[in-house]
Amino acid sequence: MRFAVLSFPGSSCDVDMYHALLDIVGVGAEIVSHLDADLNNFDAVVIPTGASYGDYLRPGALAQSSKSIDGLKAFADSGKPILGVGNGFQILVEAGILPGAFLRNKGLKFRSGNAKLAVQNSTSTFTSIYEEGQQITLPFAHEYGNYYVDADTASQLQEQNRIVFTYEDGNLDGSVEKIAGVLNEQGNVLGMMPLPERAVEEIIGGTDGLPLFRSILKNWSEKNVNHA
Amino acid sequence: MSTMHEPTAQQIKDEKLYRQMGMTDEEFDRAVEMIGRLPNYTETGLFSAMWSEHCSYKSSKPVLRKFPTEGARVLQGPGEGAGIVDIGDNQAAVFKMESHNSPSAIEPFIGAATGAGGIIRDVFSMGARPVALVNSMRFGDLTDERDRYLFEQAVAGIASYGNTIGIPTVAGEVQFDNCYSKRPLVNAMAVGLLNHEDIQKGLASGVGNTVLYVGAKTGRDGIHGATMSSSEVAVDKEAELPVMQAGDPYLEKLLMEACLEWVKSDALIGIQDMGAAGLTSSSAEMASKAGYGVELNLDLVPQREEGMTAYEMMLSESQERMLVVVKQGREQEIIDLCKKYGLEAVAIGEVTDDKMLRLTHKGEVVAEILADILAEDAPVYYKKSEEPAYFREFQAMENEEPAVEDLKETLSTLLQRPTIASKEWVYSQFDSQARTNTVVAPGSSAGVIRVRGTNKGLAMTADCNSRYIYLDPETGGKIAVAEAARNLVCSGAEPIAATDCLNFGSPDKPEVFWQIEKSADGIAAACRTLNAPIIGGNVSMSNEVNGVPVYPTPTMGLVGLVHDLSQVTTTSFKQAGDAIYLIGEAEAEFGGSELQQMIHGRIFGKAPAIDLEIEATRQQALLKAIQSRLVQSATDLSEGGFAIALCEKAFDAEGLGAEVTLTGSAVTALFSETQSRFLVTVKEELMTAFEAIVTDAVKIGTVTDQDRIVITGDNDAVLIDGTVEEFRSAWKGAIPCLLNSEA
Repeated sequence: MRFAVLSFPGSSCDVDMYHALLDIVGVGAEIVSHLDADLNNFDAVVIPTGASYGDYLRPGALAQSSKSIDGLKAFADSGKPILGVGNGFQILVEAGILPGAFLRNKGLKFRSGNAKLAVQNSTSTFTSIYEEGQQITLPFAHEYGNYYVDADTASQLQEQNRIVFTYEDGNLDGSVEKIAGVLNEQGNVLGMMPLPERAVEEIIGGTDGLPLFRSILKNWSEKNVNHA
Repeated sequence: MSTMHEPTAQQIKDEKLYRQMGMTDEEFDRAVEMIGRLPNYTETGLFSAMWSEHCSYKSSKPVLRKFPTEGARVLQGPGEGAGIVDIGDNQAAVFKMESHNSPSAIEPFIGAATGAGGIIRDVFSMGARPVALVNSMRFGDLTDERDRYLFEQAVAGIASYGNTIGIPTVAGEVQFDNCYSKRPLVNAMAVGLLNHEDIQKGLASGVGNTVLYVGAKTGRDGIHGATMSSSEVAVDKEAELPVMQAGDPYLEKLLMEACLEWVKSDALIGIQDMGAAGLTSSSAEMASKAGYGVELNLDLVPQREEGMTAYEMMLSESQERMLVVVKQGREQEIIDLCKKYGLEAVAIGEVTDDKMLRLTHKGEVVAEILADILAEDAPVYYKKSEEPAYFREFQAMENEEPAVEDLKETLSTLLQRPTIASKEWVYSQFDSQARTNTVVAPGSSAGVIRVRGTNKGLAMTADCNSRYIYLDPETGGKIAVAEAARNLVCSGAEPIAATDCLNFGSPDKPEVFWQIEKSADGIAAACRTLNAPIIGGNVSMSNEVNGVPVYPTPTMGLVGLVHDLSQVTTTSFKQAGDAIYLIGEAEAEFGGSELQQMIHGRIFGKAPAIDLEIEATRQQALLKAIQSRLVQSATDLSEGGFAIALCEKAFDAEGLGAEVTLTGSAVTALFSETQSRFLVTVKEELMTAFEAIVTDAVKIGTVTDQDRIVITGDNDAVLIDGTVEEFRSAWKGAIPCLLNSEA
């Protein structure tokens, strides 16, 4: 399985994702510049965190005007998995691939640490190895992590089981319904503010992020290895 | 400004206009004598910048000579953008610390941010990938609104730059004392990694080679920053200060990636960051170091504003700019590489053989001075030094134990002192895990990152207790180095090199210069004994408000090598049943202690004594025990003494507490700041092996699975008994509470 790590100028944590995929999860991975992004040769796309375009205007706002976004939308329509973490989630929202908007953290400051999360949906292609309701801990680091959707959208997300992760130990950033990660309607695009690629090795931030990548790999393998 | 007529050379001399640029009469005369004529306005600007303390170290040079700068691992000592030490496997660590005090006193967010930006550029311009940041900051005690503002904004500024560029901040320290009220110290340190063959130097060599200008356009910001940073901030005269240079971490990220690609190209000759004194220092220093000349056509310099004069361009400190020398005929390769990152690279000059820094503007030669004169021939001052009366008075005092009525209450209050309290409010604003190499994040003795692809790690820390240094600069200087080394050792690292950031008051005051000299003696002695050569640093003088200098604060940044990542050790208790050992006995040493300041509102007496031989022996023994995996947790005893260190070991260890027994006077045992002491925990079955290595360790108690800290003294007297939670909440809540209470 081959992953594209879609990188924009300023996507400084593209290397984090690259190493997590290649060295730890053990899948094919390539950092792909948004300028020459031909995503068709990949089985999954990950948009890493960082500060694309220096977070100027709004985080993700400038990246969504890159012409690679058309290819990303087509990739999403094809049903293949797309994961956006941190700034990658913000880009997906700005591009309209996921609903909602981001506000500044409730405390108005950049905040980093470890977030306790609950897995609310363990049937998605990203989370099928987790247990329903499982508590996990993932690092986070963001200033605009306050996820907002209106009340109708929030209840729609709930009805469609699209809220994948929620914050469990206080909701310091102020996200609606404590949402930490959310799916698109088709279920093949996940955006999340916590950073699973920072939790794939015991020595750096634990291993609670590993099942997420393994879920993607497992579900892809089940679908594709049969054909081989 | 653009239409302003510049004064003539004669006017500059007659009206002593050089004084406005920070030059003395003697310095001006020296410049005239060296070039054999009167300098014009632009040339006077070049002299004033290059001969400022910031660029020339003219007052500190005789002091800096005291420092040991060589060692088996040192590949590059002071003199380049950053120092370099070998870490084996053909790899090297590159690091340096720098101050951004004056800008941070005026505009703390921008000042602190550009401080981080500048030191990061210093590291990647050596060819190294910056992998971690450390900071050291000082503020007033947060009772004053302006000090709270400076603190909040400086933290946000330094965070913003590091977070945006994607380099983790893994360690730091913040201390509070009203000597820093309205005159904060903001010191930033960057650590990078490179392979030996990628080492770059700021050299402009090879006649006919091309000088490229890369990065942001030049504006009128930061003009005379180098001279400003060498002078006192007049708090009531902010309006007269020059426009401050602002930083752009996004641009720097692009510049960094481009630079790290250039260094792989054999078209490259040399790189230097345009830091303090911008284009002037980078061009003059690159020419002087290489023994060549540089000629620049200023018409070609990318300019942000119209009608800039040669003077303005040469003195601007616009951020995110680099000067790059490339082989003649190969310019386009570098220009194309820059284009890939959306960066502008322009050929603005060439290397010559006449050793001159020659500038042309609008068809005329506007400056022509031997690069060596600017870069090497600044006057060196042997400032007057005088032992202050206060020192003699303090030395004559006997050590005495402060009277404390309620030990537990005192511990709680100490935990809430901002210098001791949890700095989570600060470091939670830093992304400490970007690049996914952070093994130990802020909150332990030192930050530790792994060196990807190896089983090695780098530990780093910055430390300086300026109260000790004020009381006794030589002893305090030794302690600053020793404490930093202790923090590395407690993390499982062998100290390998040091950088310094010497923050002092005006060197023109004999008493301040005495502090500088004496603390340098102490630092030099400790660096020798503890094998930590100084490979680079920075001097920041005239940190004064209304003529009152801050406490002498020579911050020490140390880097250590973790030989095997499985040896990394942290502060926190690990397991109930582990034995708690204390290394080193407490004396009644309270001079400059947190307890003394808390009780008396001032400090006095002798600083705690330190014996460097004992220090080195204990550090070596403890490191050996840690490397032999005999130690579960380790921390040194610092501000607030034993009781604080014991509490800190429990705060992040969920569900664990401690029961210990101390001997001797309770106040001394609990709160004295006697040096060279450590608190470690050891698994029961490893106690014998541990004691065989650390022979002066004394078992004083046990880690428990109770949420309690229980300290008993002689005759089973209970000195402290409280829940970890009550102490933790006092410690954690203090800084947020201070910031919110009077907002």
